[in-house]
Amino acid sequence: MIRNFVLAGLAAAAFVFGPTAAEAGRDLDAIKARGTIRCGVQGPSNPGFGVPNAQGVWGGFNVEVCRAIAITIFNDPSKVEFVPVTTQSRFPALTNGEVDVLSNNTTWTLTRDTGVNRFNFPAIIFYDGQAIMVSRRLNVTSARGLNGATVCVQPGTTTELNLADFFRQNNMTFRPVVIEALDELRRAYDQGRCDVFTNDFAALAAQRTLLSNPRDHVILPERISKEPLGPTIRQGDEELTNIVAWTVFALIDAEEFGITQANVDQIAGSATDPRIRRLLGVEPGMGTAIGAANDQYARTIIKAFGNYGEMFERHLGVNTPLGLERGQNNIWTKGGLLYAPPAR
Amino acid sequence: MNRPVAPDALVHYVASEKLADLKPPASVLPPWPVALFRTYFGTPATAAITLVCLAILAWTLPPFLSWAFINATWTGTAAQCREAGGACWAFIGEKFWFSVFGLYPYELRWRPATVLVIFAVMVALSTQRLFWRRELVYAWFAVLAVMWGLMGGSVLGIPIPGLEPVATRLWGGWLVTIFLSVFGLAMAYPIGIMLALGRRSKRPIVRALSVTWIEFIRGVPLISLLFIATFIVPLFMPQGVEIDRLIRAQIAFIVFAAAYMAEVFRGGLQAIPKGQFEGADSLGLNYAQTMRFIVLPQALKITIPAQVNTFIGLFKDTTLVLIIGIFDFFTTLRSALGDSNWLGFATEAYLYAAFVYFIACYTMSRYSQRLEKDLSPERVR
Repeated sequence: MIRNFVLAGLAAAAFVFGPTAAEAGRDLDAIKARGTIRCGVQGPSNPGFGVPNAQGVWGGFNVEVCRAIAITIFNDPSKVEFVPVTTQSRFPALTNGEVDVLSNNTTWTLTRDTGVNRFNFPAIIFYDGQAIMVSRRLNVTSARGLNGATVCVQPGTTTELNLADFFRQNNMTFRPVVIEALDELRRAYDQGRCDVFTNDFAALAAQRTLLSNPRDHVILPERISKEPLGPTIRQGDEELTNIVAWTVFALIDAEEFGITQANVDQIAGSATDPRIRRLLGVEPGMGTAIGAANDQYARTIIKAFGNYGEMFERHLGVNTPLGLERGQNNIWTKGGLLYAPPAR
Repeated sequence: MNRPVAPDALVHYVASEKLADLKPPASVLPPWPVALFRTYFGTPATAAITLVCLAILAWTLPPFLSWAFINATWTGTAAQCREAGGACWAFIGEKFWFSVFGLYPYELRWRPATVLVIFAVMVALSTQRLFWRRELVYAWFAVLAVMWGLMGGSVLGIPIPGLEPVATRLWGGWLVTIFLSVFGLAMAYPIGIMLALGRRSKRPIVRALSVTWIEFIRGVPLISLLFIATFIVPLFMPQGVEIDRLIRAQIAFIVFAAAYMAEVFRGGLQAIPKGQFEGADSLGLNYAQTMRFIVLPQALKITIPAQVNTFIGLFKDTTLVLIIGIFDFFTTLRSALGDSNWLGFATEAYLYAAFVYFIACYTMSRYSQRLEKDLSPERVR
């Protein structure tokens, strides 16, 4: 009998000794040697930003950012390995080289940029911030009119601290309704146990779609915290920093110049604007300067995914279930914060 | 022939004719309505409890049934689900295969599907004592190689021609849950036995090592072991050496499970009377023979309930790999919840998960009960 119990155990030994992949280096050379870039995306998933579909293929805003980076490096959007990471595991995974770039809505903060983690945030891809949602029937148009409100908030988060700061700065008081689980919190708000629901803007918009009458609720314009999100890499690789930064800038520039997925080839053929000609590689040099696979990297990216605005509208915008307004995530010429340095 | 005649004094003690058969005692065989009534309304206390339970059922069951079945949407889109207002089983239907295969490349899914079938057949065979022979081990080794080769496209680093390699990173769903729990427990079993024996050993070093392993691992949550295996271990690896993340998690799981199993087995060992050891000694059996033929067969048998208890606990613990981004069955469901086209069907997903885990755990429990009975004819009451 013992033998029989032991049998299955021995059999399992074979499982442990499988194939092993080669260790990643820690810079662009290692990525190029491996032939793929390892991109950390939020696991299990993040609505609109990164979700595997029913066939197990990742899609979403952050996922396309990684594919765009792969185009810049390899001229091939399929040269990405997506590694699911969680909020707890993302920094160790980046530090130990399991991923080359995090594209999972990591906020750029001073300590993350400079502290023991020593990461780099080459560019901001999404301006998030804590927002406040109220029911339309309250007739509130500004968060400054919320004195004495009951607020649904998750405990022990920066969300709670930001909220307290905001009300104190404005000499207002509030009564918190503190519930740990986001689903429960949303239900409490939906049932009218609190007047106000606060969370980061993108998350709040996702929660709004789950209310019984989403159209009866409005997200107020104030952002009471700054959450600049962007691809995150390890410090110390200037080439990779350049590539990530100028990939993001290409998406932003393309929208500013009105270059879209549909018209990119036509514009590349007929453009006279030197800025556009440089961006699309009609005039060579820019791709080489950032270390891209070729000078047409931006053109290939736009042809694959469109400009920043098209990506935004496809995954996050008002016509998606998330229904996000562009707001701060609009081009600087249209009142947003997206601003790319000149490509020249 | 003279018939013996009973003395007169005894005659009136002997029945002269057959008495009518008595009915079975009422306590043994009341008619079922009476039995039912007595069980649920026999005393005021039971009646009160029954009424309260019925009231709770009447209060909760109709809304649940109307949600789960009457107003439920079985096929269709999220919009149709929200329209109907009931449970959205269409969501589970949409994500079902994702929950089985996880991130495994879609066009290659025949490979994990084949592996699941082979695995199911092997498990079915292995549960039958008829097949508990040496050949079964060899069969498992062969099948494991085939399964691993099919899943990953290579065996022991040698690529199989015609099979595209698939990194373990992409394995997911039921397969990862099964791999983690079945191989975790199968490996933990022999290690646990060795640790249990080591802890009772007379050699101080062996004993100290076993105690250290057991106490240290039991004193640390599984989640921190998973973190150590996933993020700390790679930092100490020499450059160029990389152990797969799934395998690191698997090792952490084995180490953890072994410590718990060891204590279960130790309980069994301590329950064996000293006379059994002395008897073995008197027969001239050495330590290994004593353990193999006398002690362990009894110790393992009597700990079956505790073993299954630990098995079920550890099986459910595999869901913790969620934290380190491995897409086991439960993680795939959590992931599916983030699909912005299907937001808000968490209840359905968790019920589906509960159903699957319940089936698995209940099967384990029933099998162990049968096994216990088969192995202990002397103790069946």
